[in-house]
Amino acid sequence: MIELKVNDQIQQVDVAADTPLLWVIREQLNLVGTKFGCGMAQCGACTVHLNGQPIRSCVMPVSAIAGRAITTIEGIADDSGQLSKVQQAWIDEQVPQCGYCQSGQIMSAVALLKSNPNPSDSDIDAAMSGNVCRCGMYGRIKQAIKNAASV
Amino acid sequence: MSKLTRRAFLTAGLIVGGGLIVGVAIRPGHRTPKLAKFMEHNDEVLVNAWVKLLPDNSVTVIVSHAEMGQGAQSALAIMLADEMDVDWDSVTIEEAPAHDEYANFHMAREFLLPGKMPGFVNQTINGVFLTISKSIALQVTGGSFSVRSTGERGMRVAGAAARELLVQAAAQEWQVAASEIRAEKSYLYHDGSNRTAPYIKFAKMAAEQQGPEFPTLKTPEQFNLMGNEDIQRLDIPEKVDGTAKFGIDVVLPSMKYATVKTSPVFGSKVDSIDGAAAENMQGVIKVVNLGDGVGVIADSYWQAKKAIAAVTVTYSASEWDNTSSQSIMAQFRLDMDQAVTNGDEEEDFSEGNARNVIQAATHVITAEYSVPYLAHVTMEPMNSTAWVKDGEIEVWGGTQNPLGVKAAIADYFDIAAENVVVNNVYLGGGFGRRAMTDYPIQAVKLANALPGVPVKMIWSREEDVQHDFYRPAIVSRFKAALGNSGLPIAWENQYVDKHEPKEAPYIPYQVDNQFVHYTESLTHIPFGAWRSVDHSQHAFFTESFIDELAHAANQDALYYRRKLLQSEPRYLKVLDAVANMSDWERPLPDGWGRGIAIHGSFNSIVAEVVEVDMSEGSLRVNKVFCVADAGFAYCPNAFRAQMESGIIFGLSAALHGEITIKNGAVMQSNLHDYKMVRMDTAPDIYVEIINSGERTGGAGEPGTPPIAPALTNAIFAATGNRIRDLPVKIS
Repeated sequence: MIELKVNDQIQQVDVAADTPLLWVIREQLNLVGTKFGCGMAQCGACTVHLNGQPIRSCVMPVSAIAGRAITTIEGIADDSGQLSKVQQAWIDEQVPQCGYCQSGQIMSAVALLKSNPNPSDSDIDAAMSGNVCRCGMYGRIKQAIKNAASV
Repeated sequence: MSKLTRRAFLTAGLIVGGGLIVGVAIRPGHRTPKLAKFMEHNDEVLVNAWVKLLPDNSVTVIVSHAEMGQGAQSALAIMLADEMDVDWDSVTIEEAPAHDEYANFHMAREFLLPGKMPGFVNQTINGVFLTISKSIALQVTGGSFSVRSTGERGMRVAGAAARELLVQAAAQEWQVAASEIRAEKSYLYHDGSNRTAPYIKFAKMAAEQQGPEFPTLKTPEQFNLMGNEDIQRLDIPEKVDGTAKFGIDVVLPSMKYATVKTSPVFGSKVDSIDGAAAENMQGVIKVVNLGDGVGVIADSYWQAKKAIAAVTVTYSASEWDNTSSQSIMAQFRLDMDQAVTNGDEEEDFSEGNARNVIQAATHVITAEYSVPYLAHVTMEPMNSTAWVKDGEIEVWGGTQNPLGVKAAIADYFDIAAENVVVNNVYLGGGFGRRAMTDYPIQAVKLANALPGVPVKMIWSREEDVQHDFYRPAIVSRFKAALGNSGLPIAWENQYVDKHEPKEAPYIPYQVDNQFVHYTESLTHIPFGAWRSVDHSQHAFFTESFIDELAHAANQDALYYRRKLLQSEPRYLKVLDAVANMSDWERPLPDGWGRGIAIHGSFNSIVAEVVEVDMSEGSLRVNKVFCVADAGFAYCPNAFRAQMESGIIFGLSAALHGEITIKNGAVMQSNLHDYKMVRMDTAPDIYVEIINSGERTGGAGEPGTPPIAPALTNAIFAATGNRIRDLPVKIS
């Protein structure tokens, strides 16, 4: 059994040590907001936070987590269910189209704003270029991040 | 169960709990009791119809199109809700089941009689088209059709009819003239007697009204929701909190997981499978021979993925085993040469006598262009969940074509279609890929090996890239003769492979002599519709060549096009608007370039201007200006999003997209070698909408075709380097 702390809850999972965190989150913990896109850290759809830092969960073996706190898209609204300012900015800018990449985009954006509350365009480029949006909503994502930064 | 009344084409009835249901009856008497079981919910039963007014005065709009990001479901709901004058905040959307009664006859009709229908509804003709669409199992979301067919001819009519029925009922109840009653946000008002009541109060009476023969639709100045910049899509909140359910998120009791590997060479068959090692691995339940590949079913996806790597498969030899991109392109060129030599070209479009004029001309320009195969690479890899039980097959997943999936499964497994149930959910991107039925069939094959147990099949990204249905590689050749004014007097175009839409290679420009022809040159690479289909390549060819002609004539690319569009006022207006928006005359810094392209597709006209910065030698796409005339943009914000999306999609292809073939198989495998535009390379995009009031056009696809030629024309302006083969390679 491996012990995980996901969205502030302690969970026990019985999986092989090399299982990527992504599949444990999705299949064992049934938190399916985190998505599978490429399996090789190329698209960012699987982005979650590990101790607040964005990581690609599709290439992170669950055995390497070792007691660190994991946050998924299901865990970033506040305790009362109020959306994070990034999520609200996403709605205001009408960012998502198919929406499949957006959990990962939002997790990357939340982590960016935590470390850099007023990112420049090039800061946003650097932090967000690991996340592909096949629907091409980059302009809206950038604007939403700027809007969230100004809240 | 409700009492139902039937009129010429409208259906109205009561639903359990006292709600009202109103719809456009596809054909009188066509309704079957079987439909009800598809849509049973707690306290209401749906009969063939498109809107339900529920006991709490809220509204559920039934849409027959998939949501793959294009916003069609919200757009269709907006159209109905506006005509019905309901409170937008009370509207929810439900997707129609994959049942024949929702076959998309509008789409079939639009294909065959575009824009020639008198009025909105013609029962006889609709009946004919229903027959057509039923026979080919259409409930497709594609062709940028949702709003302009289902929306305009279905949703608006159903919404207006519902409103008129309710007003008639209130007029009877209140004993006043219907014309004195006004509707607003799901309430009816009679101001003269100061009476007001919610819609639901009149549900029963409305169901008994004869109703209008043809409901009166709103005119644009009466629109509240349609064309409203502030109306938000209904699917967005659940797409920002992780609760939106895509095919890959489907969870069923005791479900198992599977993954597959299909033969690298398309069409090859399995000779032998050695699955012993895999079957001994932890969690593995079964190794399945799929005929053209292998699947592994396990307790989890990761176990299946690890195990499939341990399976050894040999495939039969195929005549394609030595095929490469080079051999395919050589075949195209040879077939094109031979078609001309033998005089057996397929004529596509002919006017005047282009060949004679070119032969006699002194100023002839020629060029050859090519584009590569392209994959769709939707963000959500192909997946499907299937359950085979008691002679029934049930599947879950995202599809652009639920009725097609149903028909294909019934056909493949030789069971009655009524024993196949298709549950559609959100699509993590479609772009044409999810109109295909290969992946649900594969999931059923796997589930068939484990009867009674639901199996979720998930493709790896590698499988997704290597077993797509591809935008074809194409070669296109041009010859044009320029007259004394420098304008073309003859235009000849030969290309390989024609798919659809048929008008994709046709130019809007006034050229008196034209000969457009093609040559079929078959390959083993599966063809698929890729966002804008044939337009995706032909706009690049024709808009590059017209740019080359302008340059050869030593004329400005914009003004050259203007001169040739004098008899096309709609094109001219879009062209002038994009010139104005992009400040066409404004000088650019050294090493920068500006390119323009205009192309009509799916009845929308889109012009784009691209600014590139090549001052450092490398290519930086800085800005894209886009003007689109789709007749009327019902949801302007979502419409702009479609233009932005189409531009980035086309830009990814123009800059990076290339599927190459070696030894009969696809060489690329994942996003490291099939690259796309990301945040750091995305240009700023500016979109302007022209609501011309012309027949409504599509939104999902028309933004894509002009971007590649606008880009390469800009590169030419910056460097003098003419890109004739995509993707762009800057040496």
